[in-house]
Amino acid sequence: MSEELHYKSASELSELLGKKELSAVELMKATIARTKAVEDKVAAFNSYDEADALKQAEASDARRAAGEALGPLDGIPVGIKDNLAVNGQPLTCSSKMLEKFVSPYDATCIEKLKTEGAVLWGRLNLDEFAMGSSTENSAFKTTSNPWNLECIPGGSSGGSAAATAAGQAAMTLGSDTGGSIRQPASHCGVVGVKPTYGRVSRYGLAAFASSLDQIGPVTRNVKDAALLLQAISGHDERDSTSYRISEPNFLASMEKQRGRKWTLGLPKEYFANAASTPAMEPVLKAIEFYRSLGCEVKEVSLPHTDYAVATYYIIATAEASSNLARYDGIRYTHRAEKFDTKDSVDIYCQSRAEGFGEEVKRRVILGTYVLSSGYYDAYYLKAQKVRTLIRQDFEKAFEEVDALLTPTSPTPAFKKGEKSSDPLSMYLSDIYTISANLAGIPGMSLPCGYSDGLPVGLQILGKPFQEDEMLSIANEFEAAHGFKDQHPSL
Amino acid sequence: MEYEAVIGLEVHVQIKAESKIFSRVRAGYGHEPNKLVDPVVMGLPGALPVMNKAALDGIIKAGLALNCTIPETCKWDRKNYFYPDSPNNYQITQYDQPICDGGYVEIELPGDTRAVMGEHKKIALTRIHLENDVGKLNHFAEDSLVDYNRAFTSLMEIVSEPDMHSGEEAFAFLTAIRQTMIYCGISDCDMEKGQMRADANISVRPVGQKELGQKIELKNLNSITGVKNGIEYEIKRQTRELKKGNPITQATWRWNANLGQTEMMREKEDAHDYRYFPDPDLMPVKIDEDWKSRLFAEIPELPWNKQRRFMEEYELPYSITSVLVPDRLLSEWFEAAAKQAPKLAQSVGNLVANDLLRELSEAGQALVDCKITPDTLLGLVKVVEKGTIPKNVANKDVFPEMFKTGETAEEVIERKGLKADFDEGQVKVWCQEAIDENPKPVQNYKDGNEKALNALLGPVMKKSRGKANPQVVNKLIRELLS
Repeated sequence: MSEELHYKSASELSELLGKKELSAVELMKATIARTKAVEDKVAAFNSYDEADALKQAEASDARRAAGEALGPLDGIPVGIKDNLAVNGQPLTCSSKMLEKFVSPYDATCIEKLKTEGAVLWGRLNLDEFAMGSSTENSAFKTTSNPWNLECIPGGSSGGSAAATAAGQAAMTLGSDTGGSIRQPASHCGVVGVKPTYGRVSRYGLAAFASSLDQIGPVTRNVKDAALLLQAISGHDERDSTSYRISEPNFLASMEKQRGRKWTLGLPKEYFANAASTPAMEPVLKAIEFYRSLGCEVKEVSLPHTDYAVATYYIIATAEASSNLARYDGIRYTHRAEKFDTKDSVDIYCQSRAEGFGEEVKRRVILGTYVLSSGYYDAYYLKAQKVRTLIRQDFEKAFEEVDALLTPTSPTPAFKKGEKSSDPLSMYLSDIYTISANLAGIPGMSLPCGYSDGLPVGLQILGKPFQEDEMLSIANEFEAAHGFKDQHPSL
Repeated sequence: MEYEAVIGLEVHVQIKAESKIFSRVRAGYGHEPNKLVDPVVMGLPGALPVMNKAALDGIIKAGLALNCTIPETCKWDRKNYFYPDSPNNYQITQYDQPICDGGYVEIELPGDTRAVMGEHKKIALTRIHLENDVGKLNHFAEDSLVDYNRAFTSLMEIVSEPDMHSGEEAFAFLTAIRQTMIYCGISDCDMEKGQMRADANISVRPVGQKELGQKIELKNLNSITGVKNGIEYEIKRQTRELKKGNPITQATWRWNANLGQTEMMREKEDAHDYRYFPDPDLMPVKIDEDWKSRLFAEIPELPWNKQRRFMEEYELPYSITSVLVPDRLLSEWFEAAAKQAPKLAQSVGNLVANDLLRELSEAGQALVDCKITPDTLLGLVKVVEKGTIPKNVANKDVFPEMFKTGETAEEVIERKGLKADFDEGQVKVWCQEAIDENPKPVQNYKDGNEKALNALLGPVMKKSRGKANPQVVNKLIRELLS
């Protein structure tokens, strides 16, 4: 098996499969081999099921042999973040609380991948319940950044980004509540897309903050992101917040818009501290690139940017405090062995004390506090109002520009343990990504260079339901640069 | 000092629907535990609620039937609290924008006798909102087990203003709601199956005092009679305490129907903080005029209106209407016959309310399985009216046969040879004979004693072997004596 197979893009692999120069089983075997070869270093997976994956691959080959291949993803191994429900597979959310839980049902995006023939591969590590920016909050393991094993891969979809960067899966799914796809993608030098809120059904995604969560692709190039986004998008009757809007053919639309002279905005608030931002240089170069293409680049203002992090941590924790209440020690979660049977509340207290990690507890307590009577108006209600202002900021900016360009993260990947004791500085690493979730707009991170040998991401924020434009803008940059072909040496 | 009670009720009514409120799983009662569940009902990670339109239809209809205002939009909120019967440890309910605002329930209090209509009153409603029902905890010696079959059943909460003052009013309030819900097909309101449940807030204050007294909450009211008895007991208890100078303390009490007394469950609850906030998984619902008018058109004539109309249009006595009207099917059955011959409606009403119900109950049969139809029943009344057979024969001999076999009145009369084999001329001859043979009653009648005629009736009936129509005999004797 060719050494490079594991770094081929899904689109390339799809072509090889189509031409029958490669079988899905061969591909899966190579993927398993690669996974095993580097997993000691990367630690991206909570678990994987080789037999199951090979069975899926065999089925794919059988379909193809019968002339019934399903779609471009048929036979492609897709890694799954361990907070998405796959029937018969563990669903741990990297929490002790769900350590032994096996999902009895498929998330909608998983169902869709199955209809596309994709081979679902492994359960990828994350910050517990997707709460974190480094994957250090996993109850099971710390994933390493494939570019520098001493660094974090970002989070919360750290397993998804690291596995994609390390060639342990052709592509992966992550989820993004405040940057959880884009920030790890930027740290690991891969492409990560957070779709418009409502584009992808959340059914089967263990909820962190329902009004902010979106599932999205993490891939090694833009075209793959378009393919995977295509596969998982669409209205779903099981998610009332999924939008009734027809999705374009992202790939075709992206190709069609090649060479368009975009008007691109630079939110001045995001560039205010450019000088002291280590990751800024490659981003500024990328902006220059767009200018050189003849795109108009202009400064815009998002005046409520300063309030985004505070607003986010009120809304996200409020929703989380309620969403995580179901993990209670009664039905399917971890249950404490010892609790006071005379006190009906103690089973909750003991089970949750044992089952949840520090960061989850911190956020549940914070969220409970901001919803408490007497504080609700000052925190939650105020935050909702600010959220509206932030959304309006973007609406106004998008009257002038097609998309916004910003850094994805203020710094490249930091060292493990560096921010663990300082939650606030950890929260601030999402400062550029959070607003897109509050506004519901699509955003993506695209590799645009390096800082001290670590990848840096360019963030592109698009208009609601205009992912094709966003991808098209990314595609221009990617096509002119070689970053998608740069891989960490492992 | 005289005291008066002030009572408010919170009534939970399950909406009859095929599937559950936020999931497509079947709703039902009496199944093996934890069979009516899916990821949503079990609160599995990743499961999301989706609104069931049938539940919305049900509550909007209920609101329209109970005179509520239906605002243009309503939204969904989470009520957060930990309890094992609640799969998500929050209930999806409506905090500040319920589907139904205001409204009232028309109630009837008992009249002086059962034959007289009692006073009608309007009990004001605060609101009606929609929420998910919870599961059921079953406690055993060592363990408690929870069954989620009931969880996520569509449940509406009807909240009254503190607008009632006696157990009787509360009884009438629940009866009226129950009848309305059944009439509209919204719920069967079977309290044994938990389809209707009530909690009462009860306080007592000196007559004339404006402020409400300290209220207690009374739970475990498992039947409408239980509500009445529990409230009455509690009013007496609170009045007694106040008279002794003991203050009432805020607490939750429970009605023990077996012992016929209230018992304290928990004293002065810690003020619950439910941390309500809008449910981010569900969109607000917009309810337009079209939707409302479509549902309004489905609401049948409601019981009180029907009762007033029956009394007026068919001149039915109150006592008959109060048997016919509470049962929608029965009242419709009656009217199917009565509207064909409004002048005979009273006789139809009597037969339905007395004979038909008696036969049904003796046979343990439901009205829908009954072999008599409104048409054949009307046929029987007409036969009596024509004088073909006397009324007592119709009731005693013909009706039960029709009930058993489904034959028409004519067919029964023919088969059993009940028809008189003589004409009116013959009856007249027998009447004259009776007059001649009984001079004493004749004299009494002539002296002004109406009842004396009865003494002549018997001999004529005897001569006709019971087949003469008493009304005809009566008429003929009067003619002969005039």
